[in-house]
Amino acid sequence: MSIILKTEKLRVEFTSHEFRQTTKIALDSLDLEVNTGEVFGFLGPNGAGKTTAINVLLGFVPPTRGAAYLFGIDVRQPIARQRIGYLPEMTYYYKFLTAEELLRFYARIFGLPRTEADKRIDQLLKLVELEPARKRPIKSYSKGMQQRVGLAQALINNPDLLILDEPTSGLDPLGRMQVREIIQRLKNEGKTVFFSSHELGEVETVCDRVAIINQGELKASGRVSDLVAQHHGNLEKAFLDIIGYQTQSAS
Amino acid sequence: MNTIWALAGVVIKELYRRKDFYVLFVLTALITIAAGMVNFFNDPKIVRYVKDICMLLIWVSALLIAIVTTARQIPAERESRTIFPLLAKPVTRWQFILGKFLGCWLATGMALLVFYVFFAIITGSREQYWPWLTYLQAIWLQWAMLAVVIALSLCGSIISAAPSSTTTICFIAVAGILLVGGHLNTVALHQAQPLQTIFYTIYFLIPHLEWFDIRDRVVYDWGLLNWLDCVRATLYAAAYTGLFLLLTWLGFRRKSLNT
Ligand SMILES: Nc1ncnc2c1ncn2[C@@H]1O[C@H](COP(=O)(O)OP(=O)(O)O)[C@@H](O)[C@H]1O
Ligand SMILES: [Mg+2]
Repeated sequence: MSIILKTEKLRVEFTSHEFRQTTKIALDSLDLEVNTGEVFGFLGPNGAGKTTAINVLLGFVPPTRGAAYLFGIDVRQPIARQRIGYLPEMTYYYKFLTAEELLRFYARIFGLPRTEADKRIDQLLKLVELEPARKRPIKSYSKGMQQRVGLAQALINNPDLLILDEPTSGLDPLGRMQVREIIQRLKNEGKTVFFSSHELGEVETVCDRVAIINQGELKASGRVSDLVAQHHGNLEKAFLDIIGYQTQSAS
Repeated sequence: MNTIWALAGVVIKELYRRKDFYVLFVLTALITIAAGMVNFFNDPKIVRYVKDICMLLIWVSALLIAIVTTARQIPAERESRTIFPLLAKPVTRWQFILGKFLGCWLATGMALLVFYVFFAIITGSREQYWPWLTYLQAIWLQWAMLAVVIALSLCGSIISAAPSSTTTICFIAVAGILLVGGHLNTVALHQAQPLQTIFYTIYFLIPHLEWFDIRDRVVYDWGLLNWLDCVRATLYAAAYTGLFLLLTWLGFRRKSLNT
């Protein structure tokens, strides 16, 4: 099995220049390895550093130390992103475009030929159930619809690796279910999915392996079943144990 | 290259789908038409005066469109977070900047074309006189000058995050160059020492946008400019545009994009 995503001793510091210089360590020596074909859950409470790690993988934030690779290529090179799809945490797309125009724009960026792009756009709009709204501007979409446009754009280049930042946050139960189904379907097609989340229920059902971080540090990683067994309970208990939270009944 | 055109296409689409672009356009059209009315005084002096005002309006409107649109581009992409899914694709930051530049430049060019067509129709219908080549030179030089202005605004928009302050500063800088840039060397002659050097340095560093202003040739019908001079001016504009785009890229290349 080959490694598709890898970080090595990744460290990210944010320095603020207000009043006096303060340095905030958002990530510290993070090592991750994701294998081809697996669904990998990247867990942590709010502010743990999940988005920061993903931002490094996409080249938005330069690492202070360490390195990250996609398909064995350093993320500092744009070509590392040719075979990935990415769904940001909170997304707003060009509101004045329609879903169809947006997808066509991204297809052009990947250099897809016209006929192939048309076929792909039809497929994707069907997959995310936006066929009826394809010719309406995105500003008229509901939140769930926007999230699904986001999924469609992440899949435009038929990527081998998907990086999703909290794909289900802010969605209603139906929307979450749809996103989970899409992830499951992608897994069946042999794609690798790397997604961050703090919703443990969904992680338990779709993930092969998880990594749990807290305050920028890796606390645990491994198969969901192993973690659950180690902590004698469910994933939620394992998660709370690992990030060092004492429940009232335990203390 | 395809990527750059795709990016430019989005800029242009946004412009014509937003209402504020039409406001400026309708305003200028109205003023031009109103000005056309005055033409029925058969006094050549008044006709010239009207033409002068129309050209001035075209210049101010084009500058406003160019600066306001450009200054907004990159901050808006960051504000609305559309830059994240975009740069997560294999788009280099250099392509991103070039795409934005091209989109703004083409959009401004289209606006400019509409303005000149208006101008030509209104003055031409009164005077039965159509100096096409003069218009061509005027519009081309103005468009070349706007390339420098757009590149400058793009550069400004990555230094300061607020589009309104970028717009104001760029507008003042450009207006300053247009109004006094050409006289700085003469002014310098009459200054005491430290000031003199400073004025000369500024004179040699700034892009001389006023060289591209051939409004008087259109208004007073002085005839065509030497074509070789047009080529030289184009190259001069291209050099400054390239310089500002390079500066923009240097500033943006390593910028951390997290909120
Ligand atoms: N631009 C920034 N400047 C300073 N601190 C930041 C910046 N971005 C994120 N942080 C800090 O880094 C930590 C990790 O944030 P983030 O990666 O967004 O967490 P998560 O996505 O896991 O909720 C947080 O404590 C946050 O306050
Ligand atoms: Mg986050």
